[in-house]
Amino acid sequence: MSEIRFVDVAMRYPTRRGEVRALQQISLAVPDGQFACIVGPSGCGKSTLLSIAAGLILPTEGEVLVDGKPAYSPGADRGMVFQSYSLYPWLSVRRNIEFGLEVKRTPKAERARQSGELIRLMKLDGFAEAFPKALSGGMKQRVAIARALANDPEVLLMDEPFGALDALTRQIMQEMLTDLWQRYRKTVLFVTHDIDEAIFLGDVIYIMTNRPGRIRTTLNVDLPRPRNFEMVTSPRFAELRSQVVGIIHEESMKAVESELARA
Amino acid sequence: MSERVPATQAAPAASARVQRRRRGLLRTYLTPKQAIPRSARLFLGIGSFVVIITLWSVGSVLINNPLFLPSIPRVGTAWIDMWQHQHFLDDVAWSTFRIVAGFLIAAAMAVPLGLLMGSFEVVRSFFQPPINAIRYMPASAFIVLLIVLLGLGEEEKLTLIWIGVFFQLVLMVMDIAHRVPDEMLNVAYTLGASRWKVFYKVFLPATFPEVVDALRITIGWAWTYLIVAELLGAERGIGTFIIISERFLRMDRIIAAIITIGILGLITDTIFGLIHRWAFPYVEKVHA
Repeated sequence: MSEIRFVDVAMRYPTRRGEVRALQQISLAVPDGQFACIVGPSGCGKSTLLSIAAGLILPTEGEVLVDGKPAYSPGADRGMVFQSYSLYPWLSVRRNIEFGLEVKRTPKAERARQSGELIRLMKLDGFAEAFPKALSGGMKQRVAIARALANDPEVLLMDEPFGALDALTRQIMQEMLTDLWQRYRKTVLFVTHDIDEAIFLGDVIYIMTNRPGRIRTTLNVDLPRPRNFEMVTSPRFAELRSQVVGIIHEESMKAVESELARA
Repeated sequence: MSERVPATQAAPAASARVQRRRRGLLRTYLTPKQAIPRSARLFLGIGSFVVIITLWSVGSVLINNPLFLPSIPRVGTAWIDMWQHQHFLDDVAWSTFRIVAGFLIAAAMAVPLGLLMGSFEVVRSFFQPPINAIRYMPASAFIVLLIVLLGLGEEEKLTLIWIGVFFQLVLMVMDIAHRVPDEMLNVAYTLGASRWKVFYKVFLPATFPEVVDALRITIGWAWTYLIVAELLGAERGIGTFIIISERFLRMDRIIAAIITIGILGLITDTIFGLIHRWAFPYVEKVHA
């Protein structure tokens, strides 16, 4: 059992122009094994929310609980994948994947077994001893995901992991991720601004409002599992998309208007 | 489906050379940041030396006075003579020793301090203001002070090199440390690493390649201060050799000594380049 729960989380930053309210009254719970997506207009604080979940920053109010225990600092129970891959360029693909295990002092043979399995699963065969500079963007992100999974975290936090990839690579990565999830059944909190991505991957979608970021709507995605890419063209997918698009569009317009009002 | 053009209608493919000519020579060679053909690069590189040698040769013939500008053969002869009969090797050895010793002392202090300054705001806030101020004081301005305080021995020379290198290097290393992406460290935290492990397993290795680059740049500056120190009084050293040669109006030896410094610099630079390539094969090359 590993669920992650936000209890009345709020985030405010003091700036020269006064206080910025980034997040307000965020309460949500991702139960064990659920794939939850957070979508919202850019600047709505969705990445901040993820950093709070990771324990990298502290919220101004409220707290994040993992299995009921407050998460005040980062830990191996919450693995994170960033958009920028953030691989360690001086380590080979294999040693990047084994990083968390090395930190935990896992015996070498066990490390090799686990990284070997993930390298096969992530279709990185033949690149185990290569440095990250030799990899394409999609491969780099697969290494980053493998690195997070090797650590066997309770919760996987993903901050727009495919945002820097081209459309075709992104599609393939989404398919790989949904297969992986089917296999490992991790609790996932996935931040994206790509609506199709959120629908394709998620069990539930939280749509956030423009700043101050709040959860505006929660949408259950009732597409059957396991998912494959043919579902993207299904009528139900189109219905869900038009719902999300409508809400997001409204929020984006508000964002533009509030920017205009400030100018 | 793309249709094949019948062979009879296709114009024969123009060679790269012909295509370049059609594009216009100016566009090929004078587009900003555009690569030029390898042969042209080689030609220009060698050409620069040809120009220097020609100017020197013509100049020495026109001036026709070895006191002002000795000819190339004359400098070459002097250079060989220096090694054979003037104990120039001792001078080179002394200078090299001072450079290496002064530089190592400066680097051994500047690199750790710079890394700490780049990572801990506490350390940075304390050290940065004075270092910033001292950095703008030319190291050579300290020399009289150092002679009074330390005399004309090795301490004075090593301290001068230290002043010249330390204050610049520490700020360069601080910048390098400061530029390590936060996300690189954050990933390690979320993989369960403690702060200490993040420091030595992620932060330190992330700075190494650029630190070696910074060392490579600053060791070149060390030569400037060394020669200044040696000019002002030393038993031996390339700077001493230059000042003695001046007393005897031996321009040929002075030029030969200066060229020697250039060669030593080139050797140092090559060594650093090799170290870099050997120790950091994973670094993505920005420049060819």
